[in-house]
Amino acid sequence: MNQETARTGFGETLLEMQALRVEALGADGNPFRIVNDIDINLKRGEVLGLIGESGAGKSTIGLASMCFARPGCKITSGRILFAGTDLRQQDEDDVRQIRGVRASYIAQSAAAAFNPAKRLNDQVTEAAVRHSVMSHSSATKRAEELYARLDLPDPAHIGRRYPHQVSGGQLQRVMSAMAMTCGPDLLVLDEPTTALDVTTQIEVLATVRDLIRNNNTAALYITHDLAVVAQVADRIMVLRYGNLVEQGDTAKILHDPDEPYTKELISARTEDINTKIFTGMPENPVLAIREVTATYDGQVDVLKDVGVEIGRGETVAIVGESGSGKSTLARVVTGLLPPRDGHVEFDGQKLSLALRERNKEELRKIQMIYQMPDVAINPRQRVSEIIGRPLTFYFGLTGREREERIFALLKEIDLDREFADRFPGQLSGGQKQRVCIARALAADPELIICDEVTSALDQVVAAGILKLLDRLQQEKGLAYMFITHDLGIVRNIADRTVVMYQGEVVEQGTTEQIFTPPQKEAYTRKLIASTPEMRTDWLDEVLRERGDLFDIDAAAHT
Amino acid sequence: MVTTSETAQWVRPTKMMVVKQFLKGMPLTARVGLAIIFINLFLVVFAPWLAPYGETELVTDVWAPPSAEHWLGGDHIGRDMLSRIIYGARTTIAIAFVATVLAFFMGIVTGFAAAVLGGIFDSILSRFVETLMAIPTLLMALVVISVLGSDLVVLVAVIAVLDSTRVFRLSRAIAMDVAVMEYVEAARLRGERLWWIMTREILPNTTLPLIAEFGLRFVFAFLFIAALSFLGLGIQPPLADWGGMVRESSSAIIYGIVAPLYPAGAIAILAVGTNLLVDYVLAWSNRSAATEFEV
Repeated sequence: MNQETARTGFGETLLEMQALRVEALGADGNPFRIVNDIDINLKRGEVLGLIGESGAGKSTIGLASMCFARPGCKITSGRILFAGTDLRQQDEDDVRQIRGVRASYIAQSAAAAFNPAKRLNDQVTEAAVRHSVMSHSSATKRAEELYARLDLPDPAHIGRRYPHQVSGGQLQRVMSAMAMTCGPDLLVLDEPTTALDVTTQIEVLATVRDLIRNNNTAALYITHDLAVVAQVADRIMVLRYGNLVEQGDTAKILHDPDEPYTKELISARTEDINTKIFTGMPENPVLAIREVTATYDGQVDVLKDVGVEIGRGETVAIVGESGSGKSTLARVVTGLLPPRDGHVEFDGQKLSLALRERNKEELRKIQMIYQMPDVAINPRQRVSEIIGRPLTFYFGLTGREREERIFALLKEIDLDREFADRFPGQLSGGQKQRVCIARALAADPELIICDEVTSALDQVVAAGILKLLDRLQQEKGLAYMFITHDLGIVRNIADRTVVMYQGEVVEQGTTEQIFTPPQKEAYTRKLIASTPEMRTDWLDEVLRERGDLFDIDAAAHT
Repeated sequence: MVTTSETAQWVRPTKMMVVKQFLKGMPLTARVGLAIIFINLFLVVFAPWLAPYGETELVTDVWAPPSAEHWLGGDHIGRDMLSRIIYGARTTIAIAFVATVLAFFMGIVTGFAAAVLGGIFDSILSRFVETLMAIPTLLMALVVISVLGSDLVVLVAVIAVLDSTRVFRLSRAIAMDVAVMEYVEAARLRGERLWWIMTREILPNTTLPLIAEFGLRFVFAFLFIAALSFLGLGIQPPLADWGGMVRESSSAIIYGIVAPLYPAGAIAILAVGTNLLVDYVLAWSNRSAATEFEV
């Protein structure tokens, strides 16, 4: 850990946290540490990446840098020196003068951070005006300058819109403008791009980085995505369970980590687990989507003439950004949304379009695994009931037989049989997703639709889930329809890839074909180029190529 | 791989353990609430043995002041106030309870069905309920009871139907939040029937607000009976009920006679007791729900 001397060129120390300790009240009434004696030293102009899974204490540290703790948490010891003053010794009023003015916070979900009933400008300038740093008109002027620098369209007028009138990526940039209005010395960015599509993520990443560099701002960049942090951070701290695992220069952490946990984090992102070799287009596809056109309101077609086939034992990835219609396609296959045109064949048989007209056998053969395991399983049902219900419902199993089968299923998903008695609240995110997989397996399906099944999970956990899915596929010959926006995963697991954009299939082929340059379609090229890679110069490279890459807008497909 | 070491000490709690845990964490307020409810239940069950005099017996003077024989004195025609209150618990609580349970059954079934099915079914049902709610409840009850006659079954049915509109709106609203959850979608994709989705997927996730509402509606049912009795359409004399007793003796308060305060106090105490316990049930369920797997 020699980063103190390794890098130069930054200003004086802005933020220094010494032996920071934050405690929360546990369910048993005893406090437990969520941040355990962490030291941080941040200079002006420097960006420190905080990396770790959920529960690592990253966000807590980010908030603590502004001497703030979430309800139920308390900063119990340590010093927080902001430009030389210990914030913990200051009055709440004095600290408040720093928050929002000299230190500001960018949250993960811009949509949740904005008040839907107020215009953007009013919210962007609020801190500056409330703290009497600027007058309303000069703050608005400053905001408009920032909009322009953040590449927002029509900077002079966009601020008069309401939050729902701009896109998610734009809103995230408006939030960056909000954080920058007062020209803060310290910026805390908490997963600012996690909720965005890769194509939008690039723009936000680039503007955030430029803002930090141009204003000589110090920043804490919190994320679970190593590839993202590699683009912006000078140094990286790896955290786990509130403890420091390792810290060092970005390049050092990425290419030569010391700790096994860091290595695991990095390999989770890069490991190739697909062991099959693709043999060609399926002859007798288990699922065939034929010329499907679908609409929600009868006016706008969210799917246009989509045709996809999935062979037995094959993994087909459906990729695209939000709004591309990939989840709608899943709804058509399951019968939740009867298409306006076209149909779905299963094992060569036409399926009824509507869910209620399908028989039990048809329902059984197509199962689904969802993005958010938290809401995909009933929190008031025990694991045994969640997994056992399909057994009773489809196969009429009861009593001892059913119990044996539940235990067998738990074994397949690598959980002990004692998990049968638990409620979902007593499981971790990864365990919940495993239970979802077991519920799908219980129906003995032929096709499983995986809708963003790993995007709510930490990377190491996600890698475990993907391995499990791969193993189950080998054992049972399952076919997967794998919906995702994460191209990093696709490359590792999919036999074939279907690229969707605005409700249409832009391109489909073997994963090999899709990912091997040159891509036939401009949109595919853009999508693949936007996926962050685990090296520090990736963003610069992409931005350099931006001219020939991003100006070819996907308008060609409309 | 996934191990169970972090939570290996976790065991499935038995019913006994849950009850013990429920009683152990009880604050004083909840204990008081529980005691009040137990005392009232005791009165309901053992009224004939506990009451010193008969329900309709004329045993003392009109407006007799409290004495050793008649602890709470006499009522407006010389019946023993204490005995009437003890018998009154029976009618009042039983009717309010039955009516509330019925209201909840109807309200929850229709409300959940409206939330799950949606569309035209929901629209028709919701508009119908809104129409019902637009008519002042007391007026509605007066009309129905005057037409059908004021016997106990009609009374219970009227209260239940009128109350169920409120329960409908609440259950529909909370079920809407649950019905969009993916576990409900998963159940639909499995091919589950409406009844399963309502009772097994939605109901367990909506018990908290429903319990809270039950405590409140139970008390309202009681006040509603009291209001009807006050108008002479509720429980018919000579049967004792607390609301009716307030009405019968209300005029006496002008003369400084405290008689109406006894039945009114009985209503107030039970109302407070019920809500004290409900508060704790809510806090306790929240706490149990929060006792989750932590990293």
